Amino acid sequence: MQVPSELLYTKSHEWARRLPAAPTSGIGSVAQAGEGNEVIVGITAHAQEELRDVVFVELPKVGKIVKQGEPIAVIESVKAAFDIYAPVSGTISRINEAVVKSPQLVNQDCYGQGWLFAVSLSVPDDFTRLLSSADYSKQIEAGAH
Amino acid sequence: MELSTDPLRKTALHERHRRLGAKMTDFHGWDMPLYYTSILEEHKAVRQALGLFDISHMGQVLVSGPDAVHTLNQLMVSDLANVGEGRACYTLMLNESAGILDDLIIYRIGAESFLVIVNCGNRASDVEWLQAHRQGRTTITDISQGRSILAVQGPLACRVLEQILDARVTSLGKFGIAPIRTMGPDACIARTGYTGSDGFELFLPDHHAQRLWDTILASAKPLGAQPVGLGARDTLRVEAGLRLYGTDMDGHTTPWEVSLDWTVAINKPAFMGKDALVRQKQQGPTRKFVGFELSQGPVPRLGTELTVDGKRVGTVTSGTFSPILNRPLGMGYVEPAYTKPGTTLTVTVRNQRYTGTVVKLPFWKGETQQAALTSTAAPTLEQRS
Repeated sequence: MQVPSELLYTKSHEWARRLPAAPTSGIGSVAQAGEGNEVIVGITAHAQEELRDVVFVELPKVGKIVKQGEPIAVIESVKAAFDIYAPVSGTISRINEAVVKSPQLVNQDCYGQGWLFAVSLSVPDDFTRLLSSADYSKQIEAGAH
Repeated sequence: MELSTDPLRKTALHERHRRLGAKMTDFHGWDMPLYYTSILEEHKAVRQALGLFDISHMGQVLVSGPDAVHTLNQLMVSDLANVGEGRACYTLMLNESAGILDDLIIYRIGAESFLVIVNCGNRASDVEWLQAHRQGRTTITDISQGRSILAVQGPLACRVLEQILDARVTSLGKFGIAPIRTMGPDACIARTGYTGSDGFELFLPDHHAQRLWDTILASAKPLGAQPVGLGARDTLRVEAGLRLYGTDMDGHTTPWEVSLDWTVAINKPAFMGKDALVRQKQQGPTRKFVGFELSQGPVPRLGTELTVDGKRVGTVTSGTFSPILNRPLGMGYVEPAYTKPGTTLTVTVRNQRYTGTVVKLPFWKGETQQAALTSTAAPTLEQRS
């Protein structure tokens, strides 16, 4: 199972990527010049594999204030609807419109084009509380017994 | 409800599902494949090529004897006397108050012999009910043990089975059934299914089912055939507008309410539930089963509220995302005033409102219409020489 080492993870199978301070980097559109505290969020390959057949994605509105661990988005597969939790506290700075139009991007490219939303960090410490790729790998191995 | 401590029951094809890497699920106490690769892929394989299903969890009950027709006519809403040898009908079994005990397909495999296929969750209670109400010289036998059911569904079904069975399966009309003499007593092939696509269901001794499963997969895989699990079986049946017992109807639902009026032979002499049916027909049911679609949005699932101008008018019982029509579909009950195709319903999911439009079932009409056009009765299979 693919667990990129440059990302951090949650127990609930979200990944988080902190963008560097440089204003030109990031996925898709250019980020507003910030302090490098924007975090891109998606779901992991393991979660995508478990859900299969994603048919609907519901994302929070840009500007919404979210708390770490709070359910803020929904991914629906054919089988059921699943909550997506905010990995960090902050303000929703961007959402991925492409994944709303083509939900199957979550299955096809969960670490790339299938990203869900970006949060502008309000509590930088939140980020350091996330799991490393090694710890997350251990968790999913334990879960798969 | 099955006790969760019971070990799950396994079909004769269980080992094959494991080897194919199927994701398994507990279905009414049976360990059944939910999907092998992906529900949507398997769904498309059935619509475009061929899907192979193990549905051996369903019960096979033989009702035979000189009074078998009489017994079935007492218990079912349809007139079994009108079902000729080698033909079948979809019907409902009711209780005294016209509540549906089960929906089933009854195949007339002989002048005095009927193969009754029951839902797995109702198998024990159905057999008990049939036994308790049998008329005169009728024998009720649960013949499921040691037997399997394969469903072979999709546009390639005819071609593939014709080659493998070396028999003219094309001559079997929709809802026709014929013996497969080379596979033992009571081995049959029927042109029925639960997908809305053309296809067949085969009732076979276990070892023949195992061999046929392997042969079909080996020979038809290059044509796009796939094994299909219960996940796609559900999405396919919703697309085809077919009701699921236990979800869309139960012992508290009448045939009028679930909009299966066409199954009821109301002019038949007294039968179980008839009085209650006649009464409800006069009063008119307070709810009707309909289908509706959304142009986009989430899947309307069991329990989702349906409103019109802020007033609750109904509830969803089944929903799915249709990969063929590329939109969410729902079915459920609404007040009779809101059943007309084109009626706008508000579908509320997680506090967000979406617009649904009532449509005539089935949602997917493709092959259903085609199969109806080619329907001809054919009591036996012509073996190729």
